[in-house]
Amino acid sequence: MSIAELLSILPQTLLEGLLLGFVYAMVALGYTMVYGVLGLINFAHSEIFMIGAVTGIEVFRYLGNGGNPYLILLLAFIVAAAVSGTVAVLVERLAYRPLRRRGSKNVLVPLITAIGVSFLLQDLVRAIEALWHNEFNLQYPSYDTFNYDVLSKLGSPLGLTLAVKGLIVILVSILMLAGLNYLVNRTKLGKAIRAVAQDMSTAGLMGINPDVIISRTFLIGGSLAGVAGVLFGLVYTNVTPYSGFQPGIKAFTAAVLGGIGNIPGAVAGGLVLGELETLGGTYLGFLTGGNFGSEYAQVLAFLILILILLFRPQGLFGQNVSEKV
Amino acid sequence: MKEAQANLVVPVVAALASLWALLSPANSLANALLLVALALVALLKPQQWVRALTLAGLTVVFTVLIREQSDDKFAFYGLIGTLLSAALLKVPTYIKVLIGVAILFVSIPLAGLGNSLFLELGVQVAIFSALALGLNVVVGQAGLLDLGFAAFFAIGAYTWAIFGSGQANNFIAGNHFPLNPWLFFVFLPIAVVTAAIVGVLIGLPALRLRGDYLAIVTLGLGEVVRVLANNLDHPINLTNGPQGITPVGRPPVDWLINILNGLGLGRVYGRPIDESITYQIFFYVLALVVVAIVIVVNVRLSNSRFGRAWVAIREDEIAAKAMGIPLLPTKLLAFATGAAFSGVMGAIYGAKQTFVNPESFTLNQSIFILAMVILGGMGNIGGAVVGATAVTLLNIDILKNLSDQLNTWRQTGFTLLGYNFANLPTQLEPAKYERFVFGLILILMMIFRPEGLIPEQRHRAEMEEARLEAKDEGKLQEGSA
Repeated sequence: MSIAELLSILPQTLLEGLLLGFVYAMVALGYTMVYGVLGLINFAHSEIFMIGAVTGIEVFRYLGNGGNPYLILLLAFIVAAAVSGTVAVLVERLAYRPLRRRGSKNVLVPLITAIGVSFLLQDLVRAIEALWHNEFNLQYPSYDTFNYDVLSKLGSPLGLTLAVKGLIVILVSILMLAGLNYLVNRTKLGKAIRAVAQDMSTAGLMGINPDVIISRTFLIGGSLAGVAGVLFGLVYTNVTPYSGFQPGIKAFTAAVLGGIGNIPGAVAGGLVLGELETLGGTYLGFLTGGNFGSEYAQVLAFLILILILLFRPQGLFGQNVSEKV
Repeated sequence: MKEAQANLVVPVVAALASLWALLSPANSLANALLLVALALVALLKPQQWVRALTLAGLTVVFTVLIREQSDDKFAFYGLIGTLLSAALLKVPTYIKVLIGVAILFVSIPLAGLGNSLFLELGVQVAIFSALALGLNVVVGQAGLLDLGFAAFFAIGAYTWAIFGSGQANNFIAGNHFPLNPWLFFVFLPIAVVTAAIVGVLIGLPALRLRGDYLAIVTLGLGEVVRVLANNLDHPINLTNGPQGITPVGRPPVDWLINILNGLGLGRVYGRPIDESITYQIFFYVLALVVVAIVIVVNVRLSNSRFGRAWVAIREDEIAAKAMGIPLLPTKLLAFATGAAFSGVMGAIYGAKQTFVNPESFTLNQSIFILAMVILGGMGNIGGAVVGATAVTLLNIDILKNLSDQLNTWRQTGFTLLGYNFANLPTQLEPAKYERFVFGLILILMMIFRPEGLIPEQRHRAEMEEARLEAKDEGKLQEGSA
């Protein structure tokens, strides 16, 4: 490819990176919020995201024949948010809370539990889908309405194309992120979440029930991941019980990139990571003379994660916190 | 029950069960009674020598049973149970060694001559025992959660696979490869060193992090190794990509066939023994010897200055540093030791399978090994081996049998409690749900018994102390009230 050709696909690449970035951002918020209140890397969050995507497919499966696709999609968002949020709350209630009750100081115990939950949920969803439909490689239906190129009306500036579903990803993400921002910064619940994140026992003394707040945090993070799951499925169509892992680990990287525990940081980290990955996928092969192609794009997230953790562990936007003894 | 009664009951039950089982082979009731006898040995507390004699007797009975009926799974599990009881219960050390050698080097190879499945299970258990021991050094003793442990296994496997096959011809001029298969034995130490070096290379950046971040970064680096194995078929063809490398050379075994013939074992069930079963025996014995070496090294290391330094770091990193323990070198040593243990088994695994591809070294495999360590008891050498045995057998034998059973029921339209198995969806195969099983093991162990089935002694002492403290507090409160 010539330089001119490479430059000509740059705007489209950036736009696709933006879509991916918004999905990562919404998942990253779940990691960052849970880490904020519990100091736990909720490994199972990627499965909450996957459950959202699978739930979306189930909604389309039952309502997909006829009917307004926008209405069905709206319903899919709501059901996926509800299911994912519920599962997240259940996971917290059944797996993490007993550990907290025991008061073990070992950070590895909750993390290993979270890995266990993640593995369990993957195969549980697979078993449910296998029993229900006798298949677990699922496909989002393709609607002409959603595939219609909105930019063609505007004369495709810079040769860009953006399908309706891409526009939906951007709009829904911005809406959800704005809603979350309002919730965390302007409501009583948000204040309580911030208080628990700052100091759980003091928050308890101020009349906040930390267990309730933690539960709510999981509900909010889980619902966001559920919606993100539907968006992911809508754009990338193929969903299996194991497709949560890769986006999950990248969203976690995004959360670390922005400074874990930091909500605006998670959004910024998600967008940066989405762009980097898409750019890497498009240009890596060219830059290395074809020796290392797009297959290394997925490794990129890990390398970024390692570099960030080594050189700026507080993330791009986090504050430096010294180790408490 | 009193010791005197136990002394009488245990051997009598065992003897009766043995008689019954020997007289009517394949009688499931008799077999169940034998298992009951085995359980009684552990549960009732007879004198040491009664226990030892009963276990020795059971060993003989199970061996005879498995010789008579080559598909007697139950006798195989009986042997494993006897072995574990002998190893874990309090019996004189020479009896432990005697029973251990008898079961590992006589009973199971004998059983394997009749049915190679038993040898396959034995090899897999031995391989995963070494992996679990390696991860146990890292996670259990030094307290560093490594989620990319399968990477070191991969390094060991590829080290031999690349040079033990024609693969190396792709990037080294001349037609020198595959190397002479006898060089496999030279490559075992080379695999140890290579894996240890990679352990240090991965550890150098990763080990500056702590706790949960270390876990995520090792997971990432493990994935990087897998992606590299998957894609390094260009620009130079190092790993042959997703197709993997085959055939990987393995040392000739004619000498072993001659030995077996000399021992009068040359004909199995009327058939002359073939090369494939001889290879199974060869790799089984080799893996056992390597596990024995790994255990000795591991025990000596844990009792050394380094072992104590690992535990100190695990318990309190900052305090350990204050006591003058150099953190990074000590952690790197733990990483390199763990990597070395799994590297050598990687080379054996590659030669045994004669095939190496990236799919054997996924995150699944890493978590699989982690589940063994967690189940057995973090930090405990015996626990790691028990955990490896249990999880491996569960994964490659029990789940598979369950799948086969369900398939049979599906085909025959078996009905249970009004549910006809013919309606069971074909996609539901228990053998494919290993993640569910590992996940469940991890969660249940962490919630209910984080110290593992066989807790490390230090851990046991700590729990005892905590219990005593709680008791004292209770007394104090009573006193003040």
